[in-house]
Amino acid sequence: MSGIELSPAWTLILGAALVPWLRGAARAVWTIALPLAGMLQLWWLPAGEFGQLGFLGEELLLVRADRWSVLFAWVFLIAAALCSIYALHVRDWLQPAAGLAYAGAAIGAVFAGDLLTLFVFWELTALTSVLLVWARATPAAFGAGMRYLLVQLASGMLLMLGALQQLAATGSLRFEHIGLEAPGGLLIFLAFGIKCAFPLLHNWLQDAYPEATEAGTVFLSAFTTKLAVYALARGFAGTGELIWIGAAMTAFPIFYAVIENDLRRVLAYSLNNQLGFMVAGIGIGTELALNGTASHAFSHIIYKALLFMSMGAVLYRVGTINGTDLGGLYKSMPWTASFCIVGAASISAFPLFSGFVSKSMILSAAGEEGLLLTWLVLLFASAGVFHHSGIKIPYFAFFAHDSGKRCAEAPANMLAAMAIAAGLCIGIGVYPAPLYALLPYPVDYQPYSGSHVLTQLQLLVFSALAFSVLMRTGIYPPEMRAVNLDSDWIYRRFAPALVHGAEALLAMARATLGGAARAAGRRLGALLERHHGAEGVLARTWTTGGMALWAALLLAAYLVVYYL
Amino acid sequence: MRPAERRYWLDRKRNVDKVYWGVWGLCALLFLVEPLVHKHGEFAFEDWFGFHGLYGFVACVGLVLAAKGLRRLLKRPKDFYERH
Repeated sequence: MSGIELSPAWTLILGAALVPWLRGAARAVWTIALPLAGMLQLWWLPAGEFGQLGFLGEELLLVRADRWSVLFAWVFLIAAALCSIYALHVRDWLQPAAGLAYAGAAIGAVFAGDLLTLFVFWELTALTSVLLVWARATPAAFGAGMRYLLVQLASGMLLMLGALQQLAATGSLRFEHIGLEAPGGLLIFLAFGIKCAFPLLHNWLQDAYPEATEAGTVFLSAFTTKLAVYALARGFAGTGELIWIGAAMTAFPIFYAVIENDLRRVLAYSLNNQLGFMVAGIGIGTELALNGTASHAFSHIIYKALLFMSMGAVLYRVGTINGTDLGGLYKSMPWTASFCIVGAASISAFPLFSGFVSKSMILSAAGEEGLLLTWLVLLFASAGVFHHSGIKIPYFAFFAHDSGKRCAEAPANMLAAMAIAAGLCIGIGVYPAPLYALLPYPVDYQPYSGSHVLTQLQLLVFSALAFSVLMRTGIYPPEMRAVNLDSDWIYRRFAPALVHGAEALLAMARATLGGAARAAGRRLGALLERHHGAEGVLARTWTTGGMALWAALLLAAYLVVYYL
Repeated sequence: MRPAERRYWLDRKRNVDKVYWGVWGLCALLFLVEPLVHKHGEFAFEDWFGFHGLYGFVACVGLVLAAKGLRRLLKRPKDFYERH
């Protein structure tokens, strides 16, 4: 017993390899048993470092169990269990197999104690997760998956380069606090930033997540970005730049969320916005802020999964997830609608729901540090997230104008997964003590004060009032079947246009130059023809008299030159 | 048309009106109880009467109007990326 066998990562990755060989009930039991077995392992895993091994002369550390990694491993296992239940109705083996391997890779990355091990699992999350996008088997999903994979692998390359620079400078690959000034620090920061969907590096998320399968998107929403949050918290806590990056991340995606039609894409934008709160917390870097980031990641994974599950259920039953085509579904899917509202209340941070007890720590930390502007932006984003995730998602899917669509309620396994997730959202919100006990630093924070509850309720209910007034007056922008330009335009339109433009320019240059060269060649040919051709001046047969005259002239010229 | 589909509570416009005015009522209630609660924010202006409510309302109206404006700049046909 060295402790390394207690890492749940192996259980999920190796167990996932068996999924393709199982059918029916055996597969169902197996896919749910794997995350549960992982939880048992994690329960027994003591704090400490296990699995040191030498590789090409470097010291690797496969499992580092401390408060940060254990907290994230717990929530990753909970998410994996929820996703497995949610995917039980899926007939193909690819989705549960890829999903569980993906969860295992994310847990392996969280436990990695050195940058090389982190890199290996970092890339494994990319390779396994893209299968969940491709499993949708549409041309759009294939394209989006390809773009997603390229971006993820680029992040991995940057991580590798940064790690090598650090190794060259310090002789160690250990993954501790890095900071921007450290050798390779900027490269690693960018690698984490891509996976964390920093502004302008974010668009792979909104591009790929809504193209995945119903269950695939739920898996995707849980692991990749939160792994990046974990890595940032470990490597770059207290990096001031992150406060601004995080604040920008909370604010700008919500404008897109208001005008987006695909409701799973709306959720992808709000996922980006929630990551902003965590990133800002890492930038603030106090114990309260980092506790806020860790607890918000925990509750976020569950309520975001719940929201994606409810929208996935709608997509599964109705066949579309566009706001323009939905409405009135509460009549057909009352349970799904109720669970969706629980998720919406949690992401909006209503008192008694999970977001309230975690997000408030980050705002309080910003206030305690006197970061006025950051605090105002975060408060704006808090109102905005209620507006587009809390109200818009349930309203357009389940209420609004009745689309006339009638369908069956979601399958029992989907409802079960949603019920458990909703129970956790409310449980954490009502009784946050167990979550607080898991946090990286001792918690001295009381979310439920009269002042706090009142101010939060005012913020939210007045936001609801704004929505109601704008809806009733017809000012609220209607949903439209359209594409909204985002930063993916740069690599989907601008860069290809640039390449096509350069190609066209080259072709034009070749055509012009080629034409000119051919014309010059023709002119040269004509000139030679004129002088040396059969009838040319220099080629025709001369008369004897003419020859004698030219010879006499040349001799005379020679004589003149001789006497000069 | 399906014959005799059940009529839901929200199908009546009168009830939708009730929900709408209910939100107004809830807002009024939250203002009414404010004097009973001792507020202790990190910034002095948080203690102004109704600050969070007004901030939430203004933020959301601003957000929607700005997004509506942005749409003029960002909106493209649905098959924008499929065209060549």
